[in-house]
Amino acid sequence: MKKSVFLGTLSFAALAAGISQAATLDDVKARGSLNCGVSTGVNGFSAPDAQGVWQGFDVAICRAVAAAVLKDPMKVNFISTTGQTRFTALASGEVDILARNTTWTLSRDADLKFTFIGVNYYDGQGFMVKKDLGVTSAKDLEGATVCIQTGTTTELNLADFFKANNLKYEPVPVETNAEAQQQYLAGACDVYTTDASGLAATRGGFADAANHIILPEIISKEPLGPLVRQGDDQWSDIGRWVLNALVGAEEYGVTAANIDEMTATGSENPEINRLLGKEGELGAMLGLDNDWAIHAIKAGGNYGEVFEATIGEQTPIGLARGLNAQWTQGGLLYAPPFR
Amino acid sequence: MDQSPFVRKEMLAPKAAPVSETGAVGWIRQNLFSGPLNILLTVISVAVIFWVVTHTAPWFLNGVWKASSLVECREILNGATGACWAVITERWHQLTFGFYPPELYWRPILAFVLMLVALAPVLYPSVPRGMFWFSLLYPLIGFWLLWGGTLWLPVVVLLGPLVGYVVYRMLRSYSSALGMILGAVAILAFWMWLAGPLSKDLQRIFPLAIREVPSRDFGGFMLSIIIGVTGIALSLPLGIVLALGRKSDMFLIRILSIGFIEFVRGVPLIALLFTASLLLNYFLPPGTNFDIILRVIIMVTLFAAAYMAEVVRGGLAALPRGQYEAADALGLDYWRAQRLVIMPQALKISIPGIVNTFIGLFKDTTLVVFIGLLDPIGLSNSIRANAAWNGIYWELFIFIGLCFFIICFGMSRYSLWLERKLKTDHR
Repeated sequence: MKKSVFLGTLSFAALAAGISQAATLDDVKARGSLNCGVSTGVNGFSAPDAQGVWQGFDVAICRAVAAAVLKDPMKVNFISTTGQTRFTALASGEVDILARNTTWTLSRDADLKFTFIGVNYYDGQGFMVKKDLGVTSAKDLEGATVCIQTGTTTELNLADFFKANNLKYEPVPVETNAEAQQQYLAGACDVYTTDASGLAATRGGFADAANHIILPEIISKEPLGPLVRQGDDQWSDIGRWVLNALVGAEEYGVTAANIDEMTATGSENPEINRLLGKEGELGAMLGLDNDWAIHAIKAGGNYGEVFEATIGEQTPIGLARGLNAQWTQGGLLYAPPFR
Repeated sequence: MDQSPFVRKEMLAPKAAPVSETGAVGWIRQNLFSGPLNILLTVISVAVIFWVVTHTAPWFLNGVWKASSLVECREILNGATGACWAVITERWHQLTFGFYPPELYWRPILAFVLMLVALAPVLYPSVPRGMFWFSLLYPLIGFWLLWGGTLWLPVVVLLGPLVGYVVYRMLRSYSSALGMILGAVAILAFWMWLAGPLSKDLQRIFPLAIREVPSRDFGGFMLSIIIGVTGIALSLPLGIVLALGRKSDMFLIRILSIGFIEFVRGVPLIALLFTASLLLNYFLPPGTNFDIILRVIIMVTLFAAAYMAEVVRGGLAALPRGQYEAADALGLDYWRAQRLVIMPQALKISIPGIVNTFIGLFKDTTLVVFIGLLDPIGLSNSIRANAAWNGIYWELFIFIGLCFFIICFGMSRYSLWLERKLKTDHR
């Protein structure tokens, strides 16, 4: 009987949670700020600067959502989460949206009861080697020692890849990226493998970055995206379309610089006019004002501008657009029509 | 011919000891070169020290203090070896205060200074006893300074014990124990349900508030010190109570104490912290904002209290039975005997163990990094995640380690001083 009381309490709590979390938009508006879960620090994606202001690629998504909903990109409370605490923070309502380079998988979407609102970065597992090793392809890595973070999916991907190519390797298990970096530089392993964006960021911190190369093979799919709780469709729509607005803005050539002019004069492209709220009532359909996309794009620019400012080729991380280019440029970014 | 033997008439002045036996030379001879083995060990040690110093000193001394990124540091050094202390120059305030608003730094600093004032009468018996009142009030003052908000909240909280006392007075004629229990319940109830609304109403009528700072802006050493000091201050009394409970004759109290101590000691601190940050979130009704720092402080305190209880129990066990009997013979009741005879001796014996636990607790505060709180270690990670400082390790860790060392070494020296002062035996 005890057990049934306990379960009853639990299900009641879950029910109450469902009710109170049904209208995240109202909560955010009432609070006047967006609670956004980020990592405690991933190079280029989220990190506080010297003034304590959070910067980065994931952070920019939060700022855009806050701008769309509250008209002010700075009205965000950043809540730093670790790999273990991130999902609880979202499920318990501590954060409204989680933008913490999280890979979109079926089990996270369905089993953990979250909704991924899109992909903001297409990543994949890669390899980094020292140039003087003379290796140009991962297929040449027969007998290599590989630094690998334990307990991650990268460990399994690595085993799969080497098995499929009938190669032998010797794993050197490490706990964190910091440790891996030290081990790799000290020569404890020939190869370091993790997500390609992480490799690029790590290499950016080396004193002799030019002496290390990232091999062309990408051995896994890691679509990273922001996520929200399942069951609040209005809120997930807002997140999804803010992301789409940033992507679409790049495709249509709307930038933070020319958006004021475009808004004032209008555009010949009706799609842009609908995006910017000059035509139609798209904002109202989302439960927002019609200028939602203007604020979102002004927050940090369109997708391309955010990319270039935080992780692009001009930054120390120096990531190429690759898969993250617009579909018109051979990438995977494809915003559905604003209609 | 005078054959009388030679007899010295006057005393010879004592000769100075040979150079090889006195002064620096003598000390070196006696301590470093007294035999073949010692000579060998000395030579090896000097060689090792020389090697370490020549390899690290240039790195330490050649450091760059002014630069805006690691890349710039490397450009300034231009291939020479040297530390990049510029990261400390740029981020020391973040490592100290976390994300606390810079224009409000005076508040944690004032709170810290007042904490030292409040600690003085506890640590040094020569400080006037009247200062104890300030020490008792300090938790509220410190809380208000750090978190800000309305001044009425601490004032109303202060009313709690008054309410409890009134309840106690009303019920004392029926039963003293009942009065005490219900008085305590009244205090808790007052704090939980009345203090909040009451302080809000007072604030509306007489606005008296400073800017509120949310917990998530806390970080760095400020966070470590808040958690550490609160944990230390609360775990000692709680530990004493648990130790007494474990030695109690009352079955229920003994079993509960043993159960608590063994359970908490058997679980790693990190598991308790995860419970605080993850599980409580699920069990509490959604929307309840049970402050994460408060949750962590509670868990750290409970953890340290269990260890403290065992340390104090060790002190109790070391007391000869005669002391208990002497206290009984004087006609002291249980609490008086504990307060006047047993505890002063037991705690004196336990000082090294108690301080050991304190130091351990303070260093354990860095574990909060695993639940996403940004203590100095967590901040070093986020600083590294900034493109400007990616790849910097030693400088940050040396700085953090040095700060921890200073604090822990201070505690250790204080405990040695206290031990010497309280030494009454003639061993």
